[in-house]
Amino acid sequence: MALVGRALLILGLLVAVYGIGASLYGAINRRQEWVDSGRRSVYALAGLTTLAFAILEAAFLRSDFSFNVVAGHSSTTTPTFYKATAAWSSQEGSLLLWVFLLSVWSSLILFITRRRVREIAPYATAILLGFGAFFLALTVFLANPFATTSNPPAEGAGLDPLLLHPSMMFHPPMLYSGYTLLTVPFAFAIGALITGRLSSEWIAATRRFALAAWLFLGVGIVLGARWSYTELGWGGYWAWDAVENAALMPWLCATAFIHSIMIQEKRGMLKVWNVSLILGSGTLAILGTFLVRSGILDSIHAFGASTLGIPFVLLIAAMVAASVGLVVWRRSQLRSEAQLDSLLSREAVFLLQNLVLVAMVFVIFWVTFFPLISEAVTGTKVSVGPPAFRPFIVPLALVLVLLSGVGPIIAWRRVTIANLRRSFSFPASAGLATLIVLLIATDAGARPFAVAMFALGAFVVAAVAQELWRGVGARRAMTHEAAPTAFIQLLRRNRRRYGGYIVHAGVAVLLVGVAASSSFQHSHDVTLSPGQRVDVGGYTIRYVRPTAQATAAKLSFGAVLEVSKRGKHVATLTTTRGFYPATSDPTAGPVSEAFNGASDSQVGLRAGITRDIWTVINPNLQPLQPLINRGDRIFTRLMSSLTPSEARAPANVRFIAVERARAITGLASRFISHPWPVNFLLIVSPLVTWIWLGAMVIAAGGLIALWPIPVLARRRSRATYGTRLARELA
Amino acid sequence: VEFLIVLAVLAVVVFVVTEPLRARASAPSTDGDGRELAELEAARDAKYREIRDAELDHRTGKLSDSDFEAVDQDLRAEAIEILRALDRYHQRAK
Repeated sequence: MALVGRALLILGLLVAVYGIGASLYGAINRRQEWVDSGRRSVYALAGLTTLAFAILEAAFLRSDFSFNVVAGHSSTTTPTFYKATAAWSSQEGSLLLWVFLLSVWSSLILFITRRRVREIAPYATAILLGFGAFFLALTVFLANPFATTSNPPAEGAGLDPLLLHPSMMFHPPMLYSGYTLLTVPFAFAIGALITGRLSSEWIAATRRFALAAWLFLGVGIVLGARWSYTELGWGGYWAWDAVENAALMPWLCATAFIHSIMIQEKRGMLKVWNVSLILGSGTLAILGTFLVRSGILDSIHAFGASTLGIPFVLLIAAMVAASVGLVVWRRSQLRSEAQLDSLLSREAVFLLQNLVLVAMVFVIFWVTFFPLISEAVTGTKVSVGPPAFRPFIVPLALVLVLLSGVGPIIAWRRVTIANLRRSFSFPASAGLATLIVLLIATDAGARPFAVAMFALGAFVVAAVAQELWRGVGARRAMTHEAAPTAFIQLLRRNRRRYGGYIVHAGVAVLLVGVAASSSFQHSHDVTLSPGQRVDVGGYTIRYVRPTAQATAAKLSFGAVLEVSKRGKHVATLTTTRGFYPATSDPTAGPVSEAFNGASDSQVGLRAGITRDIWTVINPNLQPLQPLINRGDRIFTRLMSSLTPSEARAPANVRFIAVERARAITGLASRFISHPWPVNFLLIVSPLVTWIWLGAMVIAAGGLIALWPIPVLARRRSRATYGTRLARELA
Repeated sequence: VEFLIVLAVLAVVVFVVTEPLRARASAPSTDGDGRELAELEAARDAKYREIRDAELDHRTGKLSDSDFEAVDQDLRAEAIEILRALDRYHQRAK
């Protein structure tokens, strides 16, 4: 079926190119049938890429090693669940996933808007198909997922062990959904600029897609953080890594956009700002894809090679040039229709929040790309790590949290001091009380930024709680519903508003978790022998005994750890370090190849609402090295003593395999029979769980805001305008 | 077999994509009136949202009675202007 797959990609590329031409011809010459044909090209592209992706998935599930990509990223021993995810662990498969998701989302928006935004849609269609054509061209000419070999290997190389994590089923598709969804408002913004239709119409048509992009990207980022925390063995969830930042930047930009479009919809203001934000978000989404797939910047998350750099750089340059050119061309039509009534208004808070978010994007962009910038200017690649981000990001995050509490409790247009006092008294008291309690009852005062975040977090949660309380109260006063019914109806009828408030509360919870876990973490890098113990963050951790397991696919060395507090048992944790065979290393000896491949960590984790106890073993295999070398010599001598025909004889092959496995198992068992001191990283972090809980609250709020509002039936009426208005608003 | 599958897919794609071209040419895709109607409807919906938001702000104590009265009056006047423009559009369309 590889031939069919490749033909589908070529056909998809031709359809995309045809669709671009048809859409533009139809738009310029006002020929609806050509516009419709262009739109149908997108539907056809979705069908073709769906089929192509299904063929690739089937090849992975069948372990069809005649497909190069399957042989390189899967094996017969790869669990079925991970065979399904292996498709997007490869460069070729991930590019196909990208174009598949793009064509599906593009079809959805073009179907929904087939009778709306009819002037903008053909140009948006052409832009979306342009992205499709770009990624299809990459898969056709540079990274073909359907390349085959006439002499397939009996066994594949297997999936990178670091990718053997449940998050991998959802993390990449979520991120790619976010990236591809962001191209939808990008394309409509370009269409609006080309046609000069710069009212809120294109925003109304694509707002939900921007929100969905924000939600998917956010979930993808958190899943990546969770993978990092439980799989990578360094003890953290966020490393300010290039790929992490590449996803965070468009997410922050989209966050600013989602807020500021409300001002354009309501007041006709910030048109240049909004169009620039979404053009920036779309460009950053492509940049994010480029960073993940190119490996141009060092990253723990990058699993691609740098073969696609030039096409991506050209695409990004074209996007930036077109965006800037169109905004400058249409600047006179992008003037605001109104001005801020008051600096004490929700508009002003949104504007300030937008500036903070964009400042964060600039800081992250600058520091992330500093190694490349420094190399371009000085010829030396200067790497800067997390400390370079913190002095800027931490204060900006504090201001952001403050504003996310102020936003919900301040009215649009104008407020009076008396109303402000009424709205702020409870949340401000909650924040102040939190601050005082922390300063008096704990030693948290040593970390002023963290304490400020806790106080501001309390302020935000109290503000949102107050808004929900008052909203329910107002609804009950009108309808006399029971409180739970009033709460549900309040959310149902004001999804965007209260969904957004819930997101704000989730952000506060998440950032409190980040502040606590990064400021009050106790970390010990320690070497222990069985029976030894160490105190970490008020807990005593004892190395009870070593564990070892040897299979053909993996060699594991681990430890059982007992955690206690003041003599009372808290948890028994198991952590292992897995070593995979170095199948592609020709220099490795018959025994040492079992130890020299990739490795991964199984974290011993006890998560709790107040703190996480996180442990990982990092066994030093040096004591085994003399025995490994001896094993290599014995097996090399044995194999070289056989003639080629003897070496191929099934009995000899089986004998050598069994003896080699026995030798490796024997080596592994020495870790238990003659245990030597091993290194552990032991961490006690407070409130890490709050990060995941906060993320869940954010996702729930995002879903509420995203859920479609029922369309209100409107009837033409001869009544007076005032009466008609009242009826339609009821 | 693979070749036949590709041919079949090609036939389906050509059929789907060219269907509008084979149908009778339809009306021009855009015109000034369509643009005006879409913009007026978007403005009306946004204004309604704004009025509802102001009402909710008032009911939850974020807007004082006097502020709400002024804001609501302005918003309703703006909404009525949009409704009038919509009616003028519909009368023209008749």
